[in-house]
Amino acid sequence: MTAFSPSRLARRGSGSRLPDRLFRGSSRVLAWALVVSLIGLGAMLLVNGWGAFATFGPAFVIGTDWDPVKNIYGALPFIVGTLLSSAIALVIAAPIGLLTAIFLAELAPRRVAIPLTFTIELLAAIPSVVFGLWGVFVLSPFLQSTIEAWAVDTLGWIPIFAGPPFGVGLFAAGVILSIMILPTIVSIAREVIGSIPNSQREAMYALGATRWEVVTRAVLPAARSGIAGAIILGFGRALGETMAVTMVIGNAQSIPQSLFDQAQTIASQIATTFNEAQVGIQTSSLIALGLVLLVITLGLNVGARVLVGRTVTGAGGR
Amino acid sequence: MTVISTKRIGVLALAAAVLAGACSSAATPAPTTAPSAAASGVASAAPGASVPLPPSANVTLTGTGATFPVPLYDVWNDAFNFKYKTVQVDYKGIGSGGGIKAITEQTVDYGASDAALTEAAIAALPAGSKVLHIPTVLGAVVVIYNVAGLDLNLDGTTVANIFLGKITKWNDPAIVALNSGATLPDLAIKVVHRSDGSGTTNAFTTYLDTVSPDWKSQVGKGTDVKWPTGIGAAGNDGVAGGVKGDANKGAIGYVELNYATTAKLTSAKIKNAAGKFVAGSTAGVTAAAEGAVASFPADFRQAPIINGAGDATYPVAAYTYLLVYQAQKDANKAQALVAYIYWGLTDGQTTTGGLGYARLPEPIRVKALQQLHLITVNGTAVWP
Repeated sequence: MTAFSPSRLARRGSGSRLPDRLFRGSSRVLAWALVVSLIGLGAMLLVNGWGAFATFGPAFVIGTDWDPVKNIYGALPFIVGTLLSSAIALVIAAPIGLLTAIFLAELAPRRVAIPLTFTIELLAAIPSVVFGLWGVFVLSPFLQSTIEAWAVDTLGWIPIFAGPPFGVGLFAAGVILSIMILPTIVSIAREVIGSIPNSQREAMYALGATRWEVVTRAVLPAARSGIAGAIILGFGRALGETMAVTMVIGNAQSIPQSLFDQAQTIASQIATTFNEAQVGIQTSSLIALGLVLLVITLGLNVGARVLVGRTVTGAGGR
Repeated sequence: MTVISTKRIGVLALAAAVLAGACSSAATPAPTTAPSAAASGVASAAPGASVPLPPSANVTLTGTGATFPVPLYDVWNDAFNFKYKTVQVDYKGIGSGGGIKAITEQTVDYGASDAALTEAAIAALPAGSKVLHIPTVLGAVVVIYNVAGLDLNLDGTTVANIFLGKITKWNDPAIVALNSGATLPDLAIKVVHRSDGSGTTNAFTTYLDTVSPDWKSQVGKGTDVKWPTGIGAAGNDGVAGGVKGDANKGAIGYVELNYATTAKLTSAKIKNAAGKFVAGSTAGVTAAAEGAVASFPADFRQAPIINGAGDATYPVAAYTYLLVYQAQKDANKAQALVAYIYWGLTDGQTTTGGLGYARLPEPIRVKALQQLHLITVNGTAVWP
């Protein structure tokens, strides 16, 4: 019996056989390589973008002029454009995504939930350039002639609804992004809700609660931080999206004053101007812009992971 | 990757290549003597007036840069390969800035750019090296618009004020004054400009910078500028897409002449320095270049040709360049490169017109050919 003791097995596995050692060694190297490449990426951005930080200091992040002619680079219009377009996406996608997730996890029968889940996750597989084309040819002309025209006519006296409506702009970008981040929000929220132990629901039902009460008082409070994590991950996805946004946001290098103004995001600015950027401070400013985006998305993702992790483990332990 | 795409281009353009070959031999019955005859007009032209031939060994030349001459270079590359089987030329249009970066980092055999290297870009070259600017053709920038049934005349100040956001309606008095007799609608002007850096933007903003003091003080000139108004779109096709169609009524933008020609876009007549309204055309561009021959700089770094003299001159024109290191490292490649550029500046010039490019004025073409004598390998001239 001693031959099968776990410690002995473990020792044999780790040390004695060549294939095992090779497998262990190579997978370890590859796992670390991923970590190293992330650090290397950050270091590369920092080294190559240092020129911009050194030249402009904090004005690089808070400056509002991005002027390649005068060689002054301030990233605030792009930071604002990135956060605003993603926020619009979130305002649209978060309620829809959450309700869809509740429906899929709690209400829908299996024969409905499975194909529906599959279809929603399929949305994530559509290349973003396809979303962009759809945005250019279908969505923005539609928004221009319906929602935007109506909003400008009736609410135009409120500055954030001021026209003229061109279709392409901040609002169109937000709508496109909301569709693109829906699968992220739905699938994670659905999983988080599914991970709430049945005992919680059964306890509520035993107290005579209705389905509505079970969902709102037992399931959602327990899944709260996980759902917040799902929404933040969706936000992170929206922040970095490039192609579809470039095609519909209007690429204007100024801070938008209205919902229908043209704007620009960090990712889109890098993608559209990097090829033609002049060697020197313009290139280094674009790389520094990449670092700003990396810091924003990394921070959000880390926060979201912490939240999601807390629900899944916390709920299980209760 | 390269092989597949080359094959594809090859198949697509085979007919074009054969056609181009046929055209060039028809247009210049004796291609070997025509250039030397032209060159002999200049005293120091060609010590050995022979045609530089590519090496007998197989060579692949790679080049990258400006997107503006891509359709032309594709035809050139196929026609050249059709004539000299040993040389395969691959060109990728990634943008002028990308071409300058690639030649600076020596990742390609030649670069291409719509704008000449700036002093900063020259300083960034490897120490002791020199890059030759070899003009190949000329392009122009035209103003396209979307107002049904309107034959539009504009002048520089008005174009500048539209792109500054000062003129916002089509029935603005300034536009009305230039278009007597036309009915101009009470329609908002939607400005569309390039979002990516571009040689097209460089030529266009250089024009506005020259003709409008307001533009000069508020925006300036360059491949990428801080636009005061409008929607940014990527590439000529992006701008065209933002101007065309029912959803874009009242839009105005600017694209390369050759793009407007092939896509059959309506463009405005622009008032030139002689006070005439001229439509963008290859003839108008060559006229502009001929008018500016005297001021062509010794280092070939010609700024866009803006507001040139002459009744037929179109006011917004620019050269496009190949960028080649003067001191080459690989003898076979250098020989192939010289043969290729020589061919482009002789036979290749006849294929320009149908694609919407303007050929070089004769004195510039001769000067450009002389540049080829400067190319060396280990200190020895490739084509003495």
